[in-house]
Amino acid sequence: MKKTFLNKIARIIKNKNIISNSETGQRQSKSNYKSFFNNLRKDKFALFGIFILIFFLFVGILGERIAPFSPTQINRDEQGKVLVLRAPTLKHLFGTTNMGRDILSMTIMGTRVALMVGTIGALTVTIIGTFFGLVSGYYGGWIDAIIMRIVDILYGIPLMPSTLVLIVLLGANIWNFLIVVSLIAWRGTARIIRSQVLSLRERPFIKAAKVIGASPKRIIFIHILPNVISLVFLQMTLTVVYVIMTEASIAFIGFGDPSVLSWGQILQMGFVTGSARVAWWWIIPPGFAIMFLCLGIFFFSKFLERTMNSKFRNFT
Amino acid sequence: MFKYITKRVMHIFLSLLIVITVVYFLFRLIPGDPTVALLGDSFTLEAKQMVIERFGLNKPLRIQYWNYMKNVFKGDFGNSFYYRLPANKVIGNKIVNTLALLLPSVLLSYFFGTLIGAISSYKLWSRFENIIIAITLFFRSTPIFWLAMLGTMLFSYKLGWLPNSGMRTPGYIESSFYLLKFFNKDFVWHLTLPLLVLVSTRIAVPLLLMRTTMIETFEEGYIKFCQTKGLSEGQVLFKHSFRNALLPVVTSFSLAIGTSIGGQIIIEYIFGWPGLGREIVLATQRSDYPVAQFGLIVLAGSVMIMNLTADILYAFLDPRIRIK
Repeated sequence: MKKTFLNKIARIIKNKNIISNSETGQRQSKSNYKSFFNNLRKDKFALFGIFILIFFLFVGILGERIAPFSPTQINRDEQGKVLVLRAPTLKHLFGTTNMGRDILSMTIMGTRVALMVGTIGALTVTIIGTFFGLVSGYYGGWIDAIIMRIVDILYGIPLMPSTLVLIVLLGANIWNFLIVVSLIAWRGTARIIRSQVLSLRERPFIKAAKVIGASPKRIIFIHILPNVISLVFLQMTLTVVYVIMTEASIAFIGFGDPSVLSWGQILQMGFVTGSARVAWWWIIPPGFAIMFLCLGIFFFSKFLERTMNSKFRNFT
Repeated sequence: MFKYITKRVMHIFLSLLIVITVVYFLFRLIPGDPTVALLGDSFTLEAKQMVIERFGLNKPLRIQYWNYMKNVFKGDFGNSFYYRLPANKVIGNKIVNTLALLLPSVLLSYFFGTLIGAISSYKLWSRFENIIIAITLFFRSTPIFWLAMLGTMLFSYKLGWLPNSGMRTPGYIESSFYLLKFFNKDFVWHLTLPLLVLVSTRIAVPLLLMRTTMIETFEEGYIKFCQTKGLSEGQVLFKHSFRNALLPVVTSFSLAIGTSIGGQIIIEYIFGWPGLGREIVLATQRSDYPVAQFGLIVLAGSVMIMNLTADILYAFLDPRIRIK
């Protein structure tokens, strides 16, 4: 069973779509790798987005190797005086904090945190949301009603305040944050996947599979899931932005993990020490980092959406 | 239609009860001494025992829960540990302040967003499509608190035009006439910067939504009929397609009011705006559980009510849904 599922995914990625084979009898025999890259080159925004993502990925992976100083190191000048709140110089490209720490190094180390928190959070949210969306959409009936009732209640709870309250109760820990966000944020993914599954459920090839006697597990994971997987990837990229923003906001209010140096944490230190009054070099880099990362992901997701849609538009 | 509304109201009621229950047990089942929040840990054992007996903390959890729910139906959500006032009074004062920031920001952002979105959907402006999308995405990917800090640094510290915190200048003598509390120059002066930041972050959604729905209406038959009739472009644009495209925007307007109540928590924290969000943050910092509980319940309730309003509005404005 696993082998067939992977083959199915591989075939869809190579754009030999399964739906068209059984429904219309037409076959998309050309591989679309070339047109994928041609589309990429034409769309300036997507190129920009991918470039930004690759850049941040490199910074995140290389981490300590490109950071000129350690982020917690207190820097002193030649006389031994601590470099408190110095404007950007050649040595400290983004200046120093009120404790003499180099802001460039802090921002670089924050990249790793942001990428990890974003990916892990988005992964868990997407897995939970997709699972519930698939089950709820396929089965219908009382299972659907219960899951949708839970989703409605979760929609009623605003994410920021409840994350705040739960983190205060559970402790300001990055893992608690991920747990809390995964508990609440799957509502959006579940709803979107469910509506897609609802429309897929009536397709002839699903009905044919049912008639043959395929078990629901097989139908959901081998027939329906590969056809919603593009939507799943799209949702995952948007969720990464959502999780990064939420983590930055929670850290900014002061409830972030104190042992984790995220961009929101850097901004929080700048705000709370009142240094924002003088030190523009403290506030601007982490904010730009968040902005560019989220922009890159948005552009990339727009491009993804366009390619996925164009692939499937041929077959409906 | 009436049956639909009553059914939805009952659903909201039930959901709110579930939320209240979940929040209640969340706060109670977390390990930790509840008396510490009230007394501090330097009090004698007898004082602690007195507090436990007075608040009924030695009764089994289900009896405590039952008493709590009985009080909830009377409207009593417990007393704040910090203020020594009823929790609903503490929150009630702040809701007005939150609304005073929320309503103008959502109204303005939707007003300008729909206008600019409608204008930008006009064929001649399609060259600017990329610029518009870039600008809106820029604002959408900027963290609100960062934009707020930049705004404060520019307008407050560097230029000195606008205040950087609070809703009023200290030393303000309160007027007894309720409206005069909010319609005075000092309040508007304090309101400007948070409002600016909020509107610029929130303008993206109505703009893009309006633009998309307008472009969709251009394909419809009745628009082509208007064009063949010989109406001017302005009339077609603003009299016919605008009205029809407005429908999803109106529903997203009420949804936006619901969701921005929770999202405003950051702005209120940065600008020291004495509203509901900031009160919840402070209550959680001070371990003031009744206020934090009630604040969360109010937020959840308002979001659910706004969702219901959005659905009703949609059914009311679009006759096609009513007939179904």
